[in-house]
Amino acid sequence: MRRETSSICRPPTRRELFFDRAFRVGTLLFAWLTILLVVFIVYQIAATAAPAIRSQGTAFFTGLEWNAGQNKFGIGAAIWGTLYSSFLGVAIGTLFGLAVAIFLTEDFLPVTVCLILKNTIALLAAIPSVVYGLWGIFVVIPTLRPVAGWLHQTLGWIPLFSTPLSGPGLLPAALVLAIMVLPTISAISRDALEAVPTKLREAAYGLGATRWEVILKVVLPTASRGIYGAILLAFGRALGETMALAMLIGNANVLSWSLFSPATTLAALIANQFPEASVVERSALLYAALVLLVITLSVNVLGTLILMRSGTQSGGR
Amino acid sequence: MAQSPAEATTSRNRRKLSRSGTSRNLLSGFLSVMTGLLTLLALIPLFSVLFMLAWQGGGKIVQSGWSLFTQLPPAAGMEGGGIGNAVVGTLVMVGIASLLSVPFGVLGGIYLAEFGPDSRLATIVRFCAKVLTGLPSVLAGLVAYAAVVLPTGTFSAPAGGVALAILMLPTILLTAESVIKSVPSRMREAAIGMGCTPTQAVLGIILPTALPGVMTGVMLAVARAAGETAPLLFTALASDYWMSSSRLLEPTASLAYLIYDFSASPFPNQLEMAWAASLVLVFFVLLTNIVAQIYSARHHS
Repeated sequence: MRRETSSICRPPTRRELFFDRAFRVGTLLFAWLTILLVVFIVYQIAATAAPAIRSQGTAFFTGLEWNAGQNKFGIGAAIWGTLYSSFLGVAIGTLFGLAVAIFLTEDFLPVTVCLILKNTIALLAAIPSVVYGLWGIFVVIPTLRPVAGWLHQTLGWIPLFSTPLSGPGLLPAALVLAIMVLPTISAISRDALEAVPTKLREAAYGLGATRWEVILKVVLPTASRGIYGAILLAFGRALGETMALAMLIGNANVLSWSLFSPATTLAALIANQFPEASVVERSALLYAALVLLVITLSVNVLGTLILMRSGTQSGGR
Repeated sequence: MAQSPAEATTSRNRRKLSRSGTSRNLLSGFLSVMTGLLTLLALIPLFSVLFMLAWQGGGKIVQSGWSLFTQLPPAAGMEGGGIGNAVVGTLVMVGIASLLSVPFGVLGGIYLAEFGPDSRLATIVRFCAKVLTGLPSVLAGLVAYAAVVLPTGTFSAPAGGVALAILMLPTILLTAESVIKSVPSRMREAAIGMGCTPTQAVLGIILPTALPGVMTGVMLAVARAAGETAPLLFTALASDYWMSSSRLLEPTASLAYLIYDFSASPFPNQLEMAWAASLVLVFFVLLTNIVAQIYSARHHS
């Protein structure tokens, strides 16, 4: 019967208890560190931006000129370019992303084809931003140029086409942005569409609705919260996207409605100016970074909250 | 997912009903064709990118062979050369970033899943991690610039590693949490019932079970970090030389920066290098992604 006592079942020794304590405290520490990291990021950016905030004030937001030589810093054009390019990119991305999500969930294709398509679309998100930039320079811009030239010549009186596309510009940047946010939109909307209870679809079909009447009047409205969340998160991503835009948008402080005009964004401005900037300009660039941080964080927080609420709702059913 | 009998009847009913109301059906059919077309159109960029990479980058790799990985980047107007130092730089920086973010993320994930899942702290940590997921990558670079480059006085690989680690952390933390949570609680209870301390249960039973999932998260984070360029602009910058083993604190080359730098070059050889570097980078990123997906799929079933 002695064997019984040598069973692996035994209370922990004091050393093991101490180690347990230490390990738990260790994990707690790292949990706290995550919060501290966020605080540190905000503090670090705000602290470095402080001199510029003091000297530039609110004129920083409306100024259109970025001239380090004369100490003139304004991000009006960059804010405009950021919002305009992100809006265009997300609008195009939503059209395609939603179409993909519907096509893959609403029983159009055999399951295996859906799976392959789903994984292929996910690969779009894996390609690095610089590679999209390089591709944009050598494929998108040359393809767009003749079309843009024709649009400018025939429809030049419309503000959207009021300038010719000389190379980099807003439209190529927005198109590449659309490709980059498409996987985000389609993946999150697909989850939302899949979460719509089958009985709702069956009820609508039972009343004699066609496939698209069901999709437009029953499925999409039910999944709308998730889709809005997807669009907001994609918008947040588009606002902070840097490399592809820095390579494609032309980096000019221009305020224009034209799709073909060069423009700039906050992130592209920082990426372009920072490496060679003086101390004063660096501080101004960090002010711009702070503005970018505040905008992206609020958009992301809003998107996350919407998705969390939609998650709890569909989970409760 | 197989079609359930209920779904099969629905689609049969749908077909029966669709005989009435021609215009409604025409509209429905038209919209179906349109979504199919849009889906096909959405795939064109992917194939265009892959085609260009294979054509331009593949051509360069075939042309220069192994020397691509053993030589330094070509100077302006020069022929030949390679991307050897950039490959090394990218691997070193991703390595440093992993060393920093994996223990951090996994330990934080253990806290969220095991020790305080319902605590107020956990809710805040989860929220912070989600916020970090949406942090623009330039800003991570600026933070690493202020925190590492300014104190050390030089651009360096560790600074780049810190910037990439900030971007990798939320992915690892959140996947680790969800994977550890999905370990069946009877395993946990069995371990505790045998007299294990919670720590022994986590390290001996739960973490090994969750390891495939944690690894998937790490691989996805690595794939993302390897392609990041913006954070390296202010942290590692670039270098035309090999990393010296004695001095880690000096500007370091990376594939991503090399692509950005050479994309605006007027010299065909440098442009071809940019394409070759893109192909190597995309190959690495896609391979990591696919391995991660297969790995997690196999362990799920």
